[in-house]
Amino acid sequence: MLERISILAGLDKDGSPEKVVRLDIEAGQVLAVVGPTGSGKTQLISDIEQYAEEDTLTGRRVLINDQTVYKNRDKRLSHNLMAQVSQNMNFVIDMNIEDFLLMHAQVRGISNPGAIIGEVLTITNQLAGEPVSLQTNLTQLSGGQSRALMVADVALISNAPIVLIDEIENAGIDRLQALNILTGQGKMVLVVSHDPTLILMTEQRVVMKNGGMDRICPTTPQEKNILKDLLRLEKSVAGLRHSLREGNSIGQTEDYVKEGITWQESSYTCL
Amino acid sequence: MRLVIVAGTPSSGKTSVMVHTARHLLRNGLVVAACKIDCLQTSDDERYARLGIPVAVGLSDYICPDHFYVANLEEVEQWAKEQRADVLVLETAGLCHRCAPAVHDCLNICVIDNLIGVDTPKKVGPMLSSADIVVITKGDIVSQAEREVFRYKVAIENPEARILEVNGLTGQGALTLKNAILDCKPLDGISGKELRSPMPAAVCSYCAGETTIGKSHQMGMVKKVDFGRLD
Repeated sequence: MLERISILAGLDKDGSPEKVVRLDIEAGQVLAVVGPTGSGKTQLISDIEQYAEEDTLTGRRVLINDQTVYKNRDKRLSHNLMAQVSQNMNFVIDMNIEDFLLMHAQVRGISNPGAIIGEVLTITNQLAGEPVSLQTNLTQLSGGQSRALMVADVALISNAPIVLIDEIENAGIDRLQALNILTGQGKMVLVVSHDPTLILMTEQRVVMKNGGMDRICPTTPQEKNILKDLLRLEKSVAGLRHSLREGNSIGQTEDYVKEGITWQESSYTCL
Repeated sequence: MRLVIVAGTPSSGKTSVMVHTARHLLRNGLVVAACKIDCLQTSDDERYARLGIPVAVGLSDYICPDHFYVANLEEVEQWAKEQRADVLVLETAGLCHRCAPAVHDCLNICVIDNLIGVDTPKKVGPMLSSADIVVITKGDIVSQAEREVFRYKVAIENPEARILEVNGLTGQGALTLKNAILDCKPLDGISGKELRSPMPAAVCSYCAGETTIGKSHQMGMVKKVDFGRLD
C-alpha cells in the first residue's frame, strides 16, 4: 500500500542544491506543481514516474513509504505508478463506452466489472455538462466529456496510486469535484497547472524555479477566499456561455450586469 | 561493443527514441555509432548525424530490406568497430511485420506506438514477440485507459520483455532505456550468432523483377489464398 512518496532534493539547472530539501506527498493529498514554462515541472513529474535514484538529470531520489526503491530489481515497479489525464489526451479507439470500460476492467482484473462501469458512468455525468450513455461512442465525446470519463476511469478502474492532472484548464468539467473524487479513492493527486483557480483548489503547491524545487507554499485562508471569488467568476462566465448557447442576447438583463460589477469590486478588494 | 538492434512499426518514433537515448549515452562519455537500414531512401541519418556521431546508411533498394540487413551484419559490426564505438545502434525499417531483426546475445528493441490500436500488437508478429525491450510511444496523446490496455496487449504478445514508455518528443523515459542498454552484456562478435526468428522463404518470380499478373508468370515459391478458411 502506497502511503507516502517523498522526493529528496537534487540539483537545479546550475548544479546548486535545491532549496526544498524534501517534498512529501501523502495518500489522499493534492499537490500543485507551479512555475513558468521551462522551470522544471515536467522533469519533477518524470523523476517521480521513473523512481529517480540519483540516476536522472536532477540527481533526485524518490522514496516510497520512506524506503528506497530498487526499481531494477523489481520489474513490477516499472509501471502503473502514475496515471495521467491531460488536455492533449484523446480517445483514439472506435468503441462505445461500455465495451471500452469492460475491456479496461478486464485488463485490470476487476471481478465484477458491471457494477463498476455503472459507477464510472455516474461520475462521468456528474463531472461533465451534457450526459453520455454507455452506448455513446468514444469518438463522439466532446472534450469535456472525454476528460470527465478519463477522470472517472482513472479514479475507479486504473490502479495507479498517483494521478497526474496536467493542464486541464478549460476542459469543461467540474474540477473541484474531480479532485475530490480522486482523493476520495485514496489517490495522490499532482496538478500541473497555470490556472489560479485549479492551483488554489489544492492544499499546497511546490514552486519550481530554474529546474529546482524552490519552495512549498500552503494555500492560505486568504487564498481560499480568493478561490471563492474565482469560482464565482467562473460560474458567471459559465452562465454567459450557457446563455449564448441557448440563443440569448446577453448584457440586457440587470442581473448579469450587477453580478459582473459585484465580482469586479470584490476581486479588487481581494487582490 | 554493445549492439542495440531497433525495429518497430512505421512512424512509431524509432529514431526519435534512439536519438534521445544516444544523447544520454554520450553524456556518459561513450562513443555511439548509428546505422540505419532502409529500403529506398531515408533522412533519419541526418537526425543521428546532428548528434555529431558516426552514421552509416544501408539502402536495400531491390532486395528485401530484412534479408539485406542480415547479410550485412558483419560489415556493419566491422564499420562500428572502426569507429571505436562502445554502443552501436542499428535501426531497421518498419516493414511487412513478417520478419524480425532480433539476434541472440544482442539487445533487441521494438518500438511501437499507442495509436496503432489495441488489436495491432498481435499482428506485429516476431518483431514484437522476439524483442528484449518493447518501447511504447505516443502515450501523451491517448487516455490512461488506452495506455493500460495497450500495454497489457503488448505483454500478452511478449510476456518476457521489459516494457518501457518513452515520449519521443520530450525524451521522457529515454534515461531508463539508456540504463537498460548499459545493463546488457557487450557482444563478443556477431559472426555465428543466430537470428531469433527465421526469415521467410520469399523466392518467387516477383522477387526477381517480374511485373505481369497471371499464373503463367509465376515461378518458385508461390502460395495461394485459401478461401475456405474460417476465423
